[in-house]
Amino acid sequence: MSEPETSFLSPRKFLSHPALLTLPALAILILVMAVPLGTVISRSFTEGDAFLDNYYWFFNTPVNMTVLIRTFRIAAVVTLVCAIVAYPYAYAMSVVGPRLRLFLIMCVLVPFWVSGVVRTLAWVILLQDSGVINKTLLALGFDKVKLIRTQLGVTIGMTQILLPFMIMPLYAVMRGIDLRLIQAAKSLGAHPVKTFFQVYLPLSLPGVFAGATIVFILALGFYITPMLLGGTQSSMLSTLVQQQVLSLLNWGRGGAMGVVLLIATFGFLALAAPFMRQKYKMSGGSR
Amino acid sequence: MTNAPTGSRKGAAIDIQACSKFYGNFTALDDVSLRVEPGEFMSFLGPSGSGKTTTLNLIAGFTDLSKGEIRLGERPISNVPAHKRNIGVVFQHYALFPHMTVAKNVAYPLRQRGVAKAERDRLVEGALAKVHLEKFAHRYPSELSGGQQQRVALARAMVFDPSVLLMDEPLGALDKKLREVLQLEIRRIHRELGSTFVYVTHDQEEALVLSDRIAVFNKGRIEQVGTGHQLYSNPQTLFVGQFIGESSILRGSHRVNGAETALDIGGTPISAPGTPKSDGAQVILLRPEDVAVQAPGTGAANGRGNVIQGTVREAIYLGSAMKYEVLLADGTPIVARTATQGEAFGIGAGIELAWKPEDGRLLTDDGSIGGH
Repeated sequence: MSEPETSFLSPRKFLSHPALLTLPALAILILVMAVPLGTVISRSFTEGDAFLDNYYWFFNTPVNMTVLIRTFRIAAVVTLVCAIVAYPYAYAMSVVGPRLRLFLIMCVLVPFWVSGVVRTLAWVILLQDSGVINKTLLALGFDKVKLIRTQLGVTIGMTQILLPFMIMPLYAVMRGIDLRLIQAAKSLGAHPVKTFFQVYLPLSLPGVFAGATIVFILALGFYITPMLLGGTQSSMLSTLVQQQVLSLLNWGRGGAMGVVLLIATFGFLALAAPFMRQKYKMSGGSR
Repeated sequence: MTNAPTGSRKGAAIDIQACSKFYGNFTALDDVSLRVEPGEFMSFLGPSGSGKTTTLNLIAGFTDLSKGEIRLGERPISNVPAHKRNIGVVFQHYALFPHMTVAKNVAYPLRQRGVAKAERDRLVEGALAKVHLEKFAHRYPSELSGGQQQRVALARAMVFDPSVLLMDEPLGALDKKLREVLQLEIRRIHRELGSTFVYVTHDQEEALVLSDRIAVFNKGRIEQVGTGHQLYSNPQTLFVGQFIGESSILRGSHRVNGAETALDIGGTPISAPGTPKSDGAQVILLRPEDVAVQAPGTGAANGRGNVIQGTVREAIYLGSAMKYEVLLADGTPIVARTATQGEAFGIGAGIELAWKPEDGRLLTDDGSIGGH
């Protein structure tokens, strides 16, 4: 009955049930994710004068709605700008030789290894009224532009910080695109511009959607960058959560805001999911 | 013998005039001239790196010429971009668009040409019927087998009725059985379409099965152009002689005797008609079916004036024939194929090889290594 192989902790048992290998990660996730999240959700309902009191407050305070909409708008703009900047860059990465490719990858990754706080502070120096950008503009005879404490400044900073999250999935998908298909399209009479829109772009879209989803969701929860680069007119929802929880010690209201953001994010994912589904496999032919 | 189209000849001639292609210091194609006749099935045959695919890419417009001119039906096309050449191309790797169904793939060239939907559907259906894939119109390429995918690629390349169809080793990724089936289909499609076909392959058997004529490529040049029969029975270079069909090569110092040349093979004089075409070492190329295997002492008989001693190294029964591998005294291997009815010899037997002098082909040793 108690043969060593049948013991629950025997190596063989573990290998025959690979799902068991996820236990350590699962334990950590439950401890640091599920439990606090559960607490946040429950406190958002229980703390307050009445059930749903915090949610009633959230949706009936105009400033909250303004910030919520602004949060989504900034996240959308950042995602769009990231996509526009990252697409040609990722394409270049996927077609150049190995040396130049390594250089391009390093250009993406090295800033990525520097903490977001440090990069945001660097942007403060660049964007401030007497910063590098404005001094250059003045030297060239242009007027100063108000960058720091504006939504433009926040968007610039967030785009730079989130760019790698757009480039890498795009690059991964683009590397898998068989460039000989472009040749085939040409031989079939397609103008290069049409070839791009009919063949290359559709095949790269899964990368665009993957990158856009990651960037959009990360942007929704951005905290440090909007706080340091933005002013009161450009604060995002995470800043309001921080105010409620740390400054006003109102865990219920802060929790309610977090839950609203979470549900909105899930809603967005549900909307995006149909676009991510692919009806075909990339490896059509022999390679 | 020829595979000429039965329908009206609507294929265009391809005239390759003194074309060269350089990549830096590397010469991929060295001053090649060739005319493919309208409606002809021409194969480019050669080992990898011989320039056959380069030539195809030049015709398709995928690469730019370094020197020379290509005319398509008398019209120079060097400055015509690939998408305006109206040439169908079938690739070895199929190159089907993975995000489009079979029907959409085949409709793609028609869409580029602004063909109306109803007409497009009719043409797609017709093209798919030609390759027996009507039932697969709504599948995605990844849901098809390799052979089916290549059929789709073929339908897509011919649906817009191009005057020239180029194929770059289209059957290279398929197994032998499927290759043979598709070879016959390609022959049939060529007859039905009447377009000019250019077919790149490194498989001499495939080239023989398919082509009206074959251009043999080697090191960026064309060694010889001709029908399969011409290339086999009358190779102009040792490379061609060895690349097409099975052969044995005799090497030795040569002496010209009037209209004949004799090679000294380990003391035995072996003669072949003709005089050396160029300087350098001379060889005699023999086809297995021309060489008779006989008992020692038989000597010259039935006009087989060349006789040489050898030892059987391998004797293989092939059903319709016996195949012998014979070693001469100097170690030269000779392959002979004889009718099974004759006398059989075992491995290790000392025998005589005999053949008519005119069956030997005198060629200049061009350094090409034997046995393809």
